[in-house]
Amino acid sequence: MKLDTSGFETTMPVIGFGSNSEMLDGVSSVPSFDLPRTTDFDGFQKKSVEMVKPAKGTTTLAFIFKEGVMVAADSRASMGGYISSQSVKKIIEINPYMLGTMAGGAADCQFWHRNLGIKCRLHELANKRRISVSGASKLLANMLYSYRGMGLSVGTMIAGWDETGPGLYYVDNEGGRLKGDRFSVGSGSPYAYGVLDSGYKFDMSIEEASELARRSIYHATFRDGASGGVASVYHVGPQGWTKLSGDDVGELHYHYYPVAPATAEHVMEEAA
Amino acid sequence: MTKQHANWSPYDNNGGTCVAIAGSDYCVIAADTRMSTGYSILSRDYSKIHKLADKAVLSSSGFQADVKALQKVLKSRHLIYQHQHNKQMSCPAMAQLLSNTLYFKRFFPYYAFNVLGGLDEEGKGCVFTYDAVGSYERVGYGAQGSGSTLIMPFLDNQLKSPSPLLLPKQDSNTPLSEAEAVDLVKTVFASATERDIYTGDKLEIMILKADGIKTELMDLRKD
Repeated sequence: MKLDTSGFETTMPVIGFGSNSEMLDGVSSVPSFDLPRTTDFDGFQKKSVEMVKPAKGTTTLAFIFKEGVMVAADSRASMGGYISSQSVKKIIEINPYMLGTMAGGAADCQFWHRNLGIKCRLHELANKRRISVSGASKLLANMLYSYRGMGLSVGTMIAGWDETGPGLYYVDNEGGRLKGDRFSVGSGSPYAYGVLDSGYKFDMSIEEASELARRSIYHATFRDGASGGVASVYHVGPQGWTKLSGDDVGELHYHYYPVAPATAEHVMEEAA
Repeated sequence: MTKQHANWSPYDNNGGTCVAIAGSDYCVIAADTRMSTGYSILSRDYSKIHKLADKAVLSSSGFQADVKALQKVLKSRHLIYQHQHNKQMSCPAMAQLLSNTLYFKRFFPYYAFNVLGGLDEEGKGCVFTYDAVGSYERVGYGAQGSGSTLIMPFLDNQLKSPSPLLLPKQDSNTPLSEAEAVDLVKTVFASATERDIYTGDKLEIMILKADGIKTELMDLRKD
């Protein structure tokens, strides 16, 4: 069966990796990837994913409220059943006023967010103004759409503040792009939605919103094995983003549910 | 007619374990020297540690042919960088180059599990840990390879450093001295050799400091 390569044709010049261009080495336009020479591309991808076991599994969430956008995530990465890291940065700082979250394949999310950051910077230089959240998320969605069906695993949210105010988009590896004001992505998202939806009000203060975000991540890490580590909470306001907190979820547990010391009823006396 | 499946795989696993620990002004990178295929030993004396730059040393386990190819690509890119910028690459720069190099083979991955160790621009030790397709993060210590699942829990217990994501920020490098870190590495490999068939023969330790690189060899069990 002939592989459908129409998705690879672009009107932009393709600067492949390894060719000596003075500019960025192949990361500015469509990177050309080595493909395995096999008749069974999907089977090969399936087997190679089982073999290399790229890191994934997560809980991330973001919501828009009166004071801007609140973004929160856990920090666990699992490779199969092994926890490969408890300190993964899942909230990626694309530029000082835009954040992206990582869910799915860690390498896929890191690479494409870095690529998006480069594209956003090029847009600023070419147009003498910042790119909008809508534009940035569209760039990412179009890139991912051109690799649709090839096994990328990306479930990300782009959150930022532009001229139209706070913006939040969900983008995934199918090329889907949704505008919304409340999203949670990852294996722990059902648990996070439960807490987030029940506690959400548009007119929250920054403290209330960050507490809601932190609690939602904590509850997701409590119930989902693939989520854990440190719950990070970021706020995106008109001046850009700031990191509000980073707390170990183990400690958060005892903070929310402190263990009351048992009252001793009988005291053991030393035998005379 | 049933689909024909490939009987030949382009990959093989040559085993082995790599560890790196970052200190306040040093970095220790260690790997065993056993290279195997299936149940056979190909070599008892194969180095898995490669110096990429003065301040960046790469240690990789997995499929050594892919590791060699990866190393060649990184060496040539480093040479180009030196010609263009008239200086050596720093460890964080090399870390990102390695990540991009791995990701460019996203659909036909390098079967290489890497740990990059070195000194950052401030002279502090840094260790970067990778998965096979290029996701990376800076950590205080890391282990990859067949013995990594045996070694990591022990390092977590002895070196548990605060996560770099906590706020307020805390230092994730170990406060141990260089001699203590080398001793820890020797202990850890001796234990891993006991329980992992792909780890053993000899242990190669490279200690990176601002004034240069020191190499040490220690015998491990050969069975």
